[in-house]
Amino acid sequence: MKRIGPFLLEPRLSPSRATVFLVSALSVAVALLLASLIFWGYGLNPWRAYAAIGRGVFGSWPSFSEVLRRAIPLILCGVGLTLAFRAQFWNIGAEGQLLAGATAATGVALFLPVPDGLRLPLMFLFGFLAGAVWAVIPALLRVKLGVNDVISTLMLNYVMSYIVEWLVHGPWKGPTMRGFAYTDAFPLSARLSYLPGTRVHWLTLVLGVALAFVVAFLLARTRLGYEIRVVGQNPDAGRYAGINFTLVLSFVMVISGGLAGLAGVGEVAGIHWRLRSPAHISMGYGYTAIIVAWLARGSPVAAIFTALLFGLIFAAGDYMKTVLNLPFQITGVFNGLILFFLIGFDILMFWRVRIARKEKEGVWTSQAGS
Amino acid sequence: MDIASWLISTVSRALAFGVPLLWGTLGEIYAERAGVVNLGVEGMMILGAFTAFAVTQSTGNPGLGLLCAAGIGALAALFHAFLTVTLRANQYVSGLALSMFGLGLAGLLGRGWEGKPLGTPLPSLTIPGLSRIPVLGPMLFQDQTILTYIGIFLAFVLWLLLFRTRWGVAIRSVGESPGTADALGINVTLVRYLCVVFGGLLAGVGGGYLSVAYRPSWTEGMTAGMGWIVIALTIFAAWDPLQAIWGAFFFGALYHLSYRLQAFISPELLKLMPYLFAIVVLALSGFGGRRIRRRAPGALGLPYVRGER
Repeated sequence: MKRIGPFLLEPRLSPSRATVFLVSALSVAVALLLASLIFWGYGLNPWRAYAAIGRGVFGSWPSFSEVLRRAIPLILCGVGLTLAFRAQFWNIGAEGQLLAGATAATGVALFLPVPDGLRLPLMFLFGFLAGAVWAVIPALLRVKLGVNDVISTLMLNYVMSYIVEWLVHGPWKGPTMRGFAYTDAFPLSARLSYLPGTRVHWLTLVLGVALAFVVAFLLARTRLGYEIRVVGQNPDAGRYAGINFTLVLSFVMVISGGLAGLAGVGEVAGIHWRLRSPAHISMGYGYTAIIVAWLARGSPVAAIFTALLFGLIFAAGDYMKTVLNLPFQITGVFNGLILFFLIGFDILMFWRVRIARKEKEGVWTSQAGS
Repeated sequence: MDIASWLISTVSRALAFGVPLLWGTLGEIYAERAGVVNLGVEGMMILGAFTAFAVTQSTGNPGLGLLCAAGIGALAALFHAFLTVTLRANQYVSGLALSMFGLGLAGLLGRGWEGKPLGTPLPSLTIPGLSRIPVLGPMLFQDQTILTYIGIFLAFVLWLLLFRTRWGVAIRSVGESPGTADALGINVTLVRYLCVVFGGLLAGVGGGYLSVAYRPSWTEGMTAGMGWIVIALTIFAAWDPLQAIWGAFFFGALYHLSYRLQAFISPELLKLMPYLFAIVVLALSGFGGRRIRRRAPGALGLPYVRGER
């Protein structure tokens, strides 16, 4: 208990859902308010800029569908990260896992001699496996050798990113692509279909939403989910209870990395139809998914909605770039600010502010003391 | 080119490339010794790099540029300190946010400055006398900037401060056991603030070195993950400023070789070397038992609340 003037700050152990939602919304709002300074800097009226972005993004179905399109990889990566964060495993590597999935899918699409009908399913399968393998490495490194998970997952992002660069500049460079660092275009049987009039590759979207519910069920209703939560919340108790950390963390990272891998499959099979430089394939989805998962407070289903919010920010970034002529880097600043305020305001959830007169507190203290 | 001159220039450039890593690592060691992980090094370095470049280009004074880079790094770190020490926010997430924000902001502000060479870079020194020593002279005492030598000197000073003075005891006890330090009358909050801000200051200079000395120009994302290597180096150096010297120059050599060997191996594969090595090195130190991990500050990553255990 703390007193500031007439206000009494009381600790609150478990905030209600409404509080969590309100505080989260408040932090996003304040971040957007502060970010409007950027618009000032570019000589735009922030209010008008936001209004123009709102009209631009929500104005028509094709432009709004871009929000959905951007949200697809964020849902898949974000759901995977909620699982990892619940186990207190710091998977900062969704970016690399996504690229691993994209690479494996490209391999299947271009080089594996399979019947047309099997091609897409195999791309998703191998994409999942590639992401999973890339994610299990840091899990094993941490359990067996105590290698810090933040570092290993981050470093693997760079490693994967340069592998993709190497592939598209070297062995996989498409002979028909002249000077460009692309692979050849995928055959039609390796491309995902769109919702009419959009670039929403709906199959990946459905997959993402369905898997969010599967992961939520896994966490809340299964023995393994229980063990994951114990490993995250009270590792000492977990060890005492004989939980196999290697198994649990490996499983968590297989799913987490696998989902990011699926996101990569969706991007190459749905949007690009080829492998190209990592910055074009991902644009930082893996990093943004960290904020998606954090804002969702570890709930896979909530991650669907927070992913939509950041899909909106990406779509707004596209709009700002093409219509308002603002650089795309703005989205990075927005993302950083939102994350700052999100964690900065966390403290509001665990303290309740009450107005109270001095004497009351005195009575309470003396009672407690007696 | 004969082998001797190849070796000489390789060592000399490796030394030059290790400098930003050394500065960044020394700073992170201090922050982590006080119990605060700052994953924002990448963001602070890139902000430092941009600031140093912009100020130097506008004023023609690289010293002023580096000073401003230090200031920006410190300011960014102050933000991290406020969030993690005062508001007790999660240190990992706050640092990641700082890195995202820094990379975004530097990219945004730096668009107009992209690709222009710097008119007045930090001058290289030739140490009179010492540079005449055969082989060692051109390796170590030519074509380095003053920041190479200040960095190494600083490592010694910071080691002395940390392990041989009362202040060092205060810093280490705050990182080991803040409750005990508090009971002894050490101001935990103040020590943590100072160490984090000092860390940001050094990271800012490290970033500034890249844009006004090593490669006098500005390109978006020019820190290229060095900030993350710094985090790995901090662990690799077992939170010891003297060991940071070896670590930084080892990785400097890796970075440099990844440019140097491009005639033999494709450049993309070479560029992933430092990152792969960072994992390998940490894994190897894991094989060496729990020796290094045991040396991690006891309260690393944990916010301190008086009265809570």
